[in-house]
Amino acid sequence: MSVLRRLIPGKRDMLGTIGAGILLFVALGAVLAPMIAPYDPTAISLLDRMQPPMWLEGGSLAHPLGTDNLGRDMLSRVIYGSRISLAVGVAAVIVGAAIGSTIGIVAGYFGGWVDSILSVVINAQLSFPFILLAIFILSTFGGGFWPVVLVLALGAWVNYARVVRGTVMSVRTQDYVHAAISVGVPTLRLLRTTVLPNTLSPIIVVASFSMAQAILAEAALSFLGVGVDGANPSWGVMLNDGRAYLQTAWWLTAMPGLAIAITVLGGNLCGDWLQDRFNPRIGN
Amino acid sequence: MFRFLIRRLAMAVIVLLIVSFTTFIVGHMTGDPVELIAPENATREAKEQLREYLGLNRPLLVQYTSYIGNALQGDLGFSFVQQAAVSDLIMERLPATLKLAFTGFILSLVIAVPLGIFIALNRNSVWDFLATSVAMIGQSAPNFWIGLMLIAFFAVHLKILPVSGYGGVSYIILPAITIALQSAARLTRLMRASMLEVLNADYVRTARSKGLRQRTVLWVHSFRNAMIPIVTMAGLELAELIGGAFITETIFAWPGVGRLAVNAVYQRDFPLVQGVVLFAATAFVVINLLVDLLYVLIDPRVKLS
Repeated sequence: MSVLRRLIPGKRDMLGTIGAGILLFVALGAVLAPMIAPYDPTAISLLDRMQPPMWLEGGSLAHPLGTDNLGRDMLSRVIYGSRISLAVGVAAVIVGAAIGSTIGIVAGYFGGWVDSILSVVINAQLSFPFILLAIFILSTFGGGFWPVVLVLALGAWVNYARVVRGTVMSVRTQDYVHAAISVGVPTLRLLRTTVLPNTLSPIIVVASFSMAQAILAEAALSFLGVGVDGANPSWGVMLNDGRAYLQTAWWLTAMPGLAIAITVLGGNLCGDWLQDRFNPRIGN
Repeated sequence: MFRFLIRRLAMAVIVLLIVSFTTFIVGHMTGDPVELIAPENATREAKEQLREYLGLNRPLLVQYTSYIGNALQGDLGFSFVQQAAVSDLIMERLPATLKLAFTGFILSLVIAVPLGIFIALNRNSVWDFLATSVAMIGQSAPNFWIGLMLIAFFAVHLKILPVSGYGGVSYIILPAITIALQSAARLTRLMRASMLEVLNADYVRTARSKGLRQRTVLWVHSFRNAMIPIVTMAGLELAELIGGAFITETIFAWPGVGRLAVNAVYQRDFPLVQGVVLFAATAFVVINLLVDLLYVLIDPRVKLS
């Protein structure tokens, strides 16, 4: 349940708006990166290496967030990094939601042994040390965009399955569903017309939180060296690269982490707000 | 009570079987362990012999059954990379993990429970706003990043604490805070929400209208009930920590189970990874079982049927 909302009487939607604003801001940055980034994020300039952010001594307006060990502009790298991090988050949400919702609908609608199996699997999954399994799979079969997305979806589908299952179970007892069954509406059509629309709002709520979780998890995986590597690194990869220079250039680690924190905060605020609006009882 | 226990135990066993089987299958998909162990110039026959010696030529299900049979006797297999028994390696690292887990856990409870109650009682105050905002931000920032920033500030900049490693009290401060901050952020929010819900409950209103003292209402009627969701959440947090704080231990070079596992993954030390996964899952399942039992003590309404 939302805790923050009550803090500002009469402006209950303010924090949700802030959250949505943050996400929109990051998304715009990702889309418009080539236009707004002051430099090419991969352009090496050894003469400018390790410059601190502009508010510190030795920093300059030319590189507002400083430069890294190869003289690449941190601001440009953070802006471009949003592309990978957001893409991973969005893709993981779509794949996870598709798998989880389907399983949740089937288990919730048909009940019986299908449902029992689901609850056992959910229990097993929760007791799995997810991050360990993830680095195990990725370090064995190799990282990259889609492997990371699939592993994150593997960790997230349970959340959708649980919520959707609960919703479907309550929808199924409604009179209009009974009525539809009794006049012989085919099961698939029934699922599509009455059950699916009801599951949409809980799915959106879970998606909002799990997008935030996916961005955090991607960062953790990249940090452990099994994430999405490439010319334009994700925030997690930047964090990992920066770690070696923690003693001399802390901003290499601080900036991408800050970017992650802000984006995740946006997702969490949105999730809180949507949860409040749609259904105060799902979630915790 | 008895039936409940049996059902929970059955579920725990099934869960552990699924977890161990999944790890086992994933491990077998990752390649032939003999290729990793045998010297590069080993002949085909030698490799075949080794395979037979290790029992790797048996059907998968037979291998799995014997693994589980041994695991029940405390034998989790042998790490070829480290040349040591997996259970010995885990037991050797366990004290460090437990030390960190409990320090971080207690620290987070000490922060979260009083703070959560305080801001619930003073809701909409400045303190409430500050604490909830900080908790929200703490939940959103990557935990390992907070750890790195703590190192950058306290160890590199102020030079008052060691960067990483294991030793005296000074070494545990930063990793424990890193763990505690994340867990405290979650627990504070939950404690506040739970306390607010209880304070609005009918029985608390009744207690108030009977003219009971505020203190009695608060501690006898509200606190115990508000603690119920906290116990569940805290149990989950502790269970995760005992399984190994993988990234925190890695950052701080803390010689615990978590770092052991992360290194094992990189070295493709499959028996060791499998052992740690099974260990972590067991810790998780057992602690959750204990939490369920704890409910009976806190909440007499739970009949466990």
